[in-house]
Amino acid sequence: MSTVAAPPPAPVAAAPTATLGAYARRWLDNVRGGELGSLPIILGLLVIGVVFQVQNANFLTAGNFVNLMVQAAAYALVAIGIVFVLLLGEIDLSVGYVSGVAGVIVSLLLLPDGANVPTAIGIAAALASGIAIGTLHGVIITKVGIPSFVVTLAGLLAWNGVVLLLIGARGTVVLQDNFVIGFANDFVPKGAAWVLTLLTVAAYAGVQLYGLRKRMAAGLPNDPLLIVGLRIAGLFVALAAVVYVVNKDRGLPYVAVLVGALIVFWTYVLRRTRFGRHVYAVGGNAEAARRAGINVDRIRIACFAICSLMAAVGGIVLASRLRSVDTNAGGGSILLYSIAAAVIGGTSLFGGRGHIKAALLGALVIASIDNGLGLLGLSSGTKFVVTGCVLLLAVTVDSISRRGRAQSGRA
Amino acid sequence: MTTSTDGGGSRERPSGAVPILELKGVSKRFGAVQALHEVNFEVREGEVTALVGDNGAGKSVTIKCIAGIYPIDDGQILFEGKPVTISGPKDSAALGIEIVYQDLALADNLDVVQNMYLGREEITPLHTLDETKMEQRCSETLASLSVTTIRSVRQTVAGLSGGQRQSIAVAKAVMWNSRLVILDEPTAALGVAQTRQVLDLVRRLADKGLAVMLVSHNLHDIFEVADRITVLRLGQDVARFDTKDTTQRDVVEAITAGKLSTVPGQEEGVPA
Repeated sequence: MSTVAAPPPAPVAAAPTATLGAYARRWLDNVRGGELGSLPIILGLLVIGVVFQVQNANFLTAGNFVNLMVQAAAYALVAIGIVFVLLLGEIDLSVGYVSGVAGVIVSLLLLPDGANVPTAIGIAAALASGIAIGTLHGVIITKVGIPSFVVTLAGLLAWNGVVLLLIGARGTVVLQDNFVIGFANDFVPKGAAWVLTLLTVAAYAGVQLYGLRKRMAAGLPNDPLLIVGLRIAGLFVALAAVVYVVNKDRGLPYVAVLVGALIVFWTYVLRRTRFGRHVYAVGGNAEAARRAGINVDRIRIACFAICSLMAAVGGIVLASRLRSVDTNAGGGSILLYSIAAAVIGGTSLFGGRGHIKAALLGALVIASIDNGLGLLGLSSGTKFVVTGCVLLLAVTVDSISRRGRAQSGRA
Repeated sequence: MTTSTDGGGSRERPSGAVPILELKGVSKRFGAVQALHEVNFEVREGEVTALVGDNGAGKSVTIKCIAGIYPIDDGQILFEGKPVTISGPKDSAALGIEIVYQDLALADNLDVVQNMYLGREEITPLHTLDETKMEQRCSETLASLSVTTIRSVRQTVAGLSGGQRQSIAVAKAVMWNSRLVILDEPTAALGVAQTRQVLDLVRRLADKGLAVMLVSHNLHDIFEVADRITVLRLGQDVARFDTKDTTQRDVVEAITAGKLSTVPGQEEGVPA
């Protein structure tokens, strides 16, 4: 039961479930009114898939699909954090090098000839550094009152410096911990992947049906049963297709499971907890939130901390994929691709609108373009130009649909 | 004509022997500016009391003193006959005083239920938001106030008309067992039909036994819903009227000229 897909009329005891026709009409109304949801991006992914497949038959092979998942994972993880700050109408430009710092910390701590701490402590230290960095940004932004753009721009420079200082004269640190390397380079056993799929779908169905029953008992309007059934079936088909395809190759990478679990977790936090509700409220109308007794500064600091924490997670995954970190850690495309992923996925830059799943969808688009153009043998220059155009297109779609909202009185 | 200046005349009524809120000789000074000077004012349950006055007369300061945003320099605030000290919005909320400011303070990106429960969300024992309970209570509250123009309580507030938004803001204020609702210019930005909606709602609040304090410029609206009118002028309460015994002309006179009996060109100031 999504809070966005609101049930139609009749707040007072009327029909407990809407008819299918009414549901379809409301959906069409929403689309016309500018609430496009994930529609444009799913269409976009289809177009990308078809275009690249026509150009190069390797694009839609099982092997390349697995590569694509691993490539998209780091962007998706960092973009999850970006969604939190975008929801507040803020920005974090430092996520690239914060991910670099985390990658370097985990690699250095797990060196057999260095600190050689237990794996868990190495990872925990990297994550803690992320939280600490984000909290620092948040405190400066809220308590001193400096715009997030400037504070995190300073962070971009400073944390780049920290990466260089930590690596020092080594130049490259080779990651030597099998557990961490396993994130991006090991695969879930094929049978286990199927079990995981079934468990996920069963849990989703359970949550949906529980919500349905609870609302019915309370006499509240419900979505049509058929729609709920279709949603569950849709999730099953999508997950089963993914597992079937990847199992034809190496299998489901562990990092895909990590991304999935974190998306579920943060979606829960954002949509089902007080904290998440307050994040939306602060992004929508900070003054209203303040008057409602919400500690606006605390929400802001927490969001920046989450953003840097997820950047750290992304940094560890990136280090795992490359099996090493060098002085370039956190540089290159990670920052811009992650922000672009969140925006392409449908998170508004003006705050208050967006979902965690935007991070995944946007990261898939970005990684597909990067991967597909790579297969066609095109240079990085072309990749950046195309990615830039897609970003612009996504923001254009958002702003045109916003105009639709304004015309239908939903601005 | 029962124009009674400062505490005279016809305000005794059988209903509500003790006013729920009473200001006695309240003064407030900002530096050299005397914003309020010995203001006396009272609100009773089951009645709509209007506070009118020109710009700078002290209406907003009065509201903010009641809300506890400004501490008062002198005088007393009595709640149900007992002196109280209100030193912040939390204190006034604890007494059951809710204020709907002109900007409404709604978050456009949230739906009706989310706005009405903002900052006071119900949670289940597992710390998950209890959407079912919140939606149910919102629908009940809106139904009890006869707010019927809202199609769905799961609609975002951005999609609502000005009158609907005002209704939501008022409903939000009365949902929390409030006893006194203060409305700051509730009809300022509304069209005719929407003004009607809101005024009906204001009247229903009083009929349900709440005390309503209405702050407005619009005498037409006030004459439609208010039981009593208190006029502020330059920080002093210059007149009190029973709506049924007075005319807009008298009130305008009090607003613009205090005790003068005729003011040139006053008709232009009278809407309707």
